[in-house]
Amino acid sequence: MTEYVSTTPGLFPLPDWAKDDLSDLKGHQKHDLISGEEGGEIATAYQDAREEVLEGQQEAGLDRIVEGQLRWDDMLAHPLAVHDAVETEGIVRYYDNNNFYRDPVVSGDLDFSGDVADELEAASELVDGDDLQAVLPGPYSLADLATDDHYGDDAEFLGAVADFLAGEVDAFPDHETLFLLEPSLVESAPEDGQDERASEAIDQVASATDADVVVQPYWGALEEKVYAHLLDADIDAVGFDFVANQDDNIYNIQEYGATDDVSLGLADGQSTLVEDAEAIRERVQWVEDQLQVTDFETVYLTTNTETFYLPYAKYEEKLAVLAEAADLAEVKAL
Amino acid sequence: MSNENKNQFRPDDHDNDHFLLTTVVGSYPKPKWLNRAKELYEDPDHGFDDGDYDEAKDDAARLITQEHERAGLDVVVDGEMRRNEMVEFFAHRIEGYEFNGPVKVWGHNYFDKPSVVSEVEYDENWLVDEYKFTASATDRPVKVPITGPYTLASWSFNEAYEDDAELAYALADLVNEEIEKLVDAGARYIQIDEPALATTPDDHAIVGEALEHIVEDIPEDVRIGLHVCYGDYSRIYPEILEFPVDEFDLELANGDYDQLDVFKDPEFTKDLALGVTDVHVGEAESVEQIEQNILKGLEIVPPEQLVLSPDCGVKLLPREVAYGKMANMVEAARNVEEKLDAGEIDVERGAPAPADD
Repeated sequence: MTEYVSTTPGLFPLPDWAKDDLSDLKGHQKHDLISGEEGGEIATAYQDAREEVLEGQQEAGLDRIVEGQLRWDDMLAHPLAVHDAVETEGIVRYYDNNNFYRDPVVSGDLDFSGDVADELEAASELVDGDDLQAVLPGPYSLADLATDDHYGDDAEFLGAVADFLAGEVDAFPDHETLFLLEPSLVESAPEDGQDERASEAIDQVASATDADVVVQPYWGALEEKVYAHLLDADIDAVGFDFVANQDDNIYNIQEYGATDDVSLGLADGQSTLVEDAEAIRERVQWVEDQLQVTDFETVYLTTNTETFYLPYAKYEEKLAVLAEAADLAEVKAL
Repeated sequence: MSNENKNQFRPDDHDNDHFLLTTVVGSYPKPKWLNRAKELYEDPDHGFDDGDYDEAKDDAARLITQEHERAGLDVVVDGEMRRNEMVEFFAHRIEGYEFNGPVKVWGHNYFDKPSVVSEVEYDENWLVDEYKFTASATDRPVKVPITGPYTLASWSFNEAYEDDAELAYALADLVNEEIEKLVDAGARYIQIDEPALATTPDDHAIVGEALEHIVEDIPEDVRIGLHVCYGDYSRIYPEILEFPVDEFDLELANGDYDQLDVFKDPEFTKDLALGVTDVHVGEAESVEQIEQNILKGLEIVPPEQLVLSPDCGVKLLPREVAYGKMANMVEAARNVEEKLDAGEIDVERGAPAPADD
């Protein structure tokens, strides 16, 4: 019987009070972004905001709880932006959105940092380990978002980023699932040879945890070869962005099969139009009907993208809808 | 080579033969007292009414226009003292929008990203009163920045139109209506801000079509600029040269001019408003540094086609830093003009040498 699990890919919007407070405490320029060494009032503001989003997810009834990644001023580039071996330079666009991050230029060996593990540790004190979900950029996306000024070779750099992420995962407290976010697999698709290396890099990070690993690409569907290679990685679920592209995602599953678990991005992380829970449940049914396969073991129901794009109130509404949709799907499956 | 469209803004007392027009993209830090006045206005328990707040904004607009004059800018703006943000300001004046709260742009910079929930309609005038006030507060030419329809569409949540292109075309009708009113009121320098173009370069044809509609029936001597920033320009160049505008205002200092070569081949046939100071660095670059940056622009266009401005709006900088960047930019421009007059500058312009195999 299929288990339906409501979750999110993390990277939440800050509560509005925290936007104001941290604006005042940190400033507005690129030198004012997170350094990884913040303390005092700034650290307290983040801790308060973290507690708020953890409670919010629990009250909404989500099955997996994420830390929220509220400190990630540079979005998915965060783990490198706070790394000692990285210089942050000019601000650059975050994919094709009206969002920006500091260009992380890797200038030395990417050894262990522990920044994300500390966040997850703080969250784990407030969340049952069976519910806790870790979130990281996938190695391909993190390498794609950065500039290499040290390794000098794309393959070597990707391997170093995967090594680095695996080291970070190894330091994580107990967690039930790990979401690896891989928008670059769609937005900047790897070419021949690169696609196999991307899969190996993901495999390397996934191997660092006993938790279930979900690789979530978004803003479209994977190219066929990229998808086929991704299935070779030792992961539990591939994610599909059914908001941005239904046809190609269905085609990939029909043509190449799928992992035993899947993650369905069915709520739009970049639209204030709040979906109806029943409509999301029907979309789950629609996906399952297209496949004519035996039941998935686990279906994760999530937004297609991070939710920091949304006003806080709309983000809260989206979480509630996802939780309700998973409950509805569970009831129907019984 | 003359450039009548640009030279109409040349001051009568300009000393040098060469003329590198200096201006700003638009926004400027608000005086702290104006922010305080806004808080009082928004406090229902306080008696600071509409008239008081309007007076405060008038005072601020006059003050910043004159600060632009003091810095020596050839073309001034009021620093967008009446505007909170480049999409919000307009969305508040267009029927069909609603607001749900602030969203992140970068770091701790947010805007109240609106949602389009029904058909957009022109309601009240947007900028005509602002332009008339600014023009009456200065003897210098005034530039009017106006957010373009593609950006108004892209940086809204679209809940009402089939896609962003359809929404952009609907908004282009409204922008066209506003620009016609501005021109009737005497505006001669309009800058259309389309930073969203750099986010979705595949849509340059949509932007081009929207611009065609916007400039329809606008007299040729009205200078139309287009501001684009923060993106991979190789994805929109040279296609943007087909757009019906006189000038492109581009942000290049932020990336230390690493995209300069993009604009060298094919030849840049429009005027270039070059970003010569980085608005995300909290200190004013030296005059000497800005002179070096100006020389980068001369690698793309001859002096006759060169205009100088900061990379983008400067509203997030401390006010004294914003002023320092402008004043140093003007000083650097005049220095470079003198050196050009004296034949002391020899910059090779045109296509970059091919890379070694």
